[in-house]
Amino acid sequence: MTYIAKPKLHHPSLQPNALGFTRRDYEGRISTLCAGCGHDSISAAIVQACYELSIEPHRVAKMSGIGCSSKTPDYFLGQAHGFNSVHGRMPSVLTGAAMANRDLLYLGVSGDGDSASIGLGQFAHALRRGVNMVYICENNGVYGLTKGQFSATADQGAKSKSGEVHVDSAIDLISMALLLGASYVARSFSGDKKQLVPLIKGAIRHKGAAILDVISPCVTFNNHLGSTKSFDYVREHDEAVNAVDFVPAKKEITADYEPGTTELVRQHDGSYLKLSKLRPDYDTSDRIAALAYLQEHQAQGELVTGLIYVAPEAADLHDHLGTADTPLNTLTEKELCPGAKALEVVNGEYR
Amino acid sequence: MRAIAGQPLAATNDFVVKFANINGSGSASANELFARSILRMGVPVASRNIFPSNIQGLPTWYEVRVSGEGWLGRRGGVDFMVALNPQTFDKDMASLEPGGYLLYDSTKPIPPEKFRLDITVLPIPLTEICNKAYADPRQRQLFKNIVYVGALTSLLGMDLEAVKWLIAEQFETKQKLLAPNIQALGFGYEYARDKLKDRCKLKVKRQDKVGERIFIQGNNAAALGCVWAGATVCAWYPITPSTSLAENFNRHASRFRIDPVSKKKNFAFLQAEDEIAAIGMVVGASWNGARAFTATSGPGISLMSEIFGFAYYAEVPAVVFDVQRGGPSTGMPTRTQQSDLLLAAYASHGDTKHVLLFPEDPHECFDFAVAAFDLAERLQTPVFVMMDLDIGMNDWLVEPLAWDDTRRYDRGKVLSAEELEAGKTFGRYLDVDGDAVPYRTIPGTHPSQGAYFTRGSSHDAYARYSEEGATYIAGMQRLLRKFETAKCLVPKPVVREADQKARFGVIYYGSTAVAMNEAVAVLEKKGLPLDLMRVRAFPFNDEVEAFIAAHEQVFVIEQNRDAQLMKLIVGECAIDPAKFLPILHFDGTPITARFIIKEIATRAGLAEAEAQEAAQ
Ligand SMILES: Cc1ncc(C[n+]2csc(CCOP(=O)(O)OP(=O)(O)O)c2C)c(N)n1
Ligand code: SF4
Ligand SMILES: [Mg+2]
Repeated sequence: MTYIAKPKLHHPSLQPNALGFTRRDYEGRISTLCAGCGHDSISAAIVQACYELSIEPHRVAKMSGIGCSSKTPDYFLGQAHGFNSVHGRMPSVLTGAAMANRDLLYLGVSGDGDSASIGLGQFAHALRRGVNMVYICENNGVYGLTKGQFSATADQGAKSKSGEVHVDSAIDLISMALLLGASYVARSFSGDKKQLVPLIKGAIRHKGAAILDVISPCVTFNNHLGSTKSFDYVREHDEAVNAVDFVPAKKEITADYEPGTTELVRQHDGSYLKLSKLRPDYDTSDRIAALAYLQEHQAQGELVTGLIYVAPEAADLHDHLGTADTPLNTLTEKELCPGAKALEVVNGEYR
Repeated sequence: MRAIAGQPLAATNDFVVKFANINGSGSASANELFARSILRMGVPVASRNIFPSNIQGLPTWYEVRVSGEGWLGRRGGVDFMVALNPQTFDKDMASLEPGGYLLYDSTKPIPPEKFRLDITVLPIPLTEICNKAYADPRQRQLFKNIVYVGALTSLLGMDLEAVKWLIAEQFETKQKLLAPNIQALGFGYEYARDKLKDRCKLKVKRQDKVGERIFIQGNNAAALGCVWAGATVCAWYPITPSTSLAENFNRHASRFRIDPVSKKKNFAFLQAEDEIAAIGMVVGASWNGARAFTATSGPGISLMSEIFGFAYYAEVPAVVFDVQRGGPSTGMPTRTQQSDLLLAAYASHGDTKHVLLFPEDPHECFDFAVAAFDLAERLQTPVFVMMDLDIGMNDWLVEPLAWDDTRRYDRGKVLSAEELEAGKTFGRYLDVDGDAVPYRTIPGTHPSQGAYFTRGSSHDAYARYSEEGATYIAGMQRLLRKFETAKCLVPKPVVREADQKARFGVIYYGSTAVAMNEAVAVLEKKGLPLDLMRVRAFPFNDEVEAFIAAHEQVFVIEQNRDAQLMKLIVGECAIDPAKFLPILHFDGTPITARFIIKEIATRAGLAEAEAQEAAQ
């Protein structure tokens, strides 16, 4: 038996979506992050994307690790189950949950410390397995929750608030994701909702491992002059390769389609990503070229954003494992237990 | 073993044969063939593989105890040595009982003064026989193993047809290999029959003592238990001695869990990148309503600890098989121990404790695997099945595995969409029933009811973040009460009282049981009555305390250095440690009956001489 969701009544000015939900139905508890924290903008973008896509909130599983960023799943989609795991281990917990029920939408939220330091291994392996998920790394170049130490994504030469210079090479999660076989790879900025919301929507509708590296300034510990993850720095250096518009499956797309400057990517579920090419030479389907492009442009101090790469028909974890279509967690005892007779046969094989 | 001074040992269906081989030489299947052939003659055997952490070249042994009386533990000592490893030849010979037998490859002659005088030497030119018969070097090596099985068949008076029959079964699908194997068997058999006639006084005689029993490894039985228990997710990372548990699960599930229509798998089997990821996956899957497990050994338990604490505190089910090996650190990866008890019982930081089960043999590995899933879901907590290498990786003769079709899984307190719709109040950590076990909901169940935020940070009864002291304490106290509930649900100890009043009690657990059964029979004959209690789970049920209270002194037999079970009992039941007499065996080999007999006899004050005699 299924139950129809009953949206609460809201102020008439709040527009309901196709399910009858308003934006507010996608919100969560009041955030306890610092005022102005980039992470809160990402939460707002997630709310917006889910609302616009008319996602049933309770069909989402929100997973996270530990950090300011990892707290945020409490601040959106209040009707969804959340799992705030341990530091750096969200990818494995999410993978397990996804194995148990392939039908939910898995939304993993992590930080740069959570993903690029303690959890780098799990980050890598979840991507190479093609876990069907939206993985958002809220990247501020520091450990916010432990008060501002450099993280592994901090750029070489970046200055801490106290003036300390970061000497180690930075880990670029996006380049790694490309190498590891992620099939939807994007970078964005928490301050650019126009870019971020459609990228999240595209990721939600993507089948396979979708990773979004979202630069998300920490206003308390990493928003000063000399930081390469501050609002000002990111605004100045942001070089988008494309502007993405998400077109749902049933909508017709004829209007402003201009070959050459616009590209259409059809995803597994029939929806489209309409890409306005800001860099005419950029091709989102060429993984190797994307890697080279990132290396070149980042070396020039550009922060490359937009949809970096997409393989719309990639295989996912369940394809790899060969699991049946029915979610494993709904199988009944009758389907699961071979019973006494079969065990007798097995016994016979060990005599 | 009745040794008459200066005489070769003579016994029927009561002796120990040990094979000394080189790892990677293909001896394992021949040795197993030998053991199974004896079983086919209706005579119980206990076999143990003693192997190095190595793929090729290092020494490896296989010990077969033939016991018409049905003793399945290690006895201790060796009566017949098949000495095929030059590296260990001297030591192997030295380990023989006086009057024992030594079979060796006599192709290269060994000077007579190298041999002990009090044993019977049985030379067979294995290499020569094989070099003559086979051209291919690999065959020359492999068939040597079958040739010595043939020789043993003759020497021990075994049923040649039974051995041939087994070979035929083994090569049913590889007919091409059947004839050469039978031929090699014949070479050994005929050589021993013609050249070594009547030289061996150890005999196997047909009996009817095996019955319906099966010969199976604990890892395999536990894997079957997982399939029958309805486990759908297995996430693991390879580690000896647990690897074959996961691999067997995959094998059995691939046979019994295929969707009849789509032919796809109704299970997910995933080799994780490490043990932390493996337990993360198990917890994620269990949280999402699947029955999930991992199999590992001590080093894996160490790595998983943070997530065990999470699962304890956030109350997520998880089933963990710890196939224990010799620690600490890498320790002795291919040797057995029971040395993870304290680690597992309190795995993770903060006040944490976990449910442990101690199966005694592969049969109980199956049963406890099934029980573990029920307990984990009923109690919403990790449950550890504490096996060891001896049970996990050796073939044991046990009662057939049993399943009752009327049995139902206990999926625990999970609120359905109907219950949520009906307005049943939901507080994820609310003790509604007074047993301290709350209700949970599975993600995606209901559009507007039952969602909650799972977290390892301090939370109130409604899963809301709270660092309020009183709220925190209430949660922690409830978890303690939940552990009390667990006491009534876990398997009770098995108590066996002596016919006469016994001053001493004996506590033991896990793979020690087989050796203990034999030891107590001998000790009672020697006039030392003992009451026995086999502990099967932690937390300890009230029976455990009652048993200890009823005895002046209690022996605790363990396969670790630190008397870990004893410490657990002392700490958890607040019992004076002076009450216990720990007997500890931890050299990495399975504990023997002789060891237990000698230790108990000595410490119970049986006269020294008597103790020595009892050990024989
Ligand atoms: C095992 C472990 N080690 C250390 C910590 C302490 N810790 C909490 S959050 C954090 C860093 C978080 O950084 P990031 O993921 O970048 O999140 P942010 O706060 O910047 O959003 C650390 C080191 C922990 N919780 N667990
Ligand atoms: S410390 Fe930084 S990351 Fe954390 S909430 Fe404040 S601004 Fe955000
Ligand atoms: Mg950070």
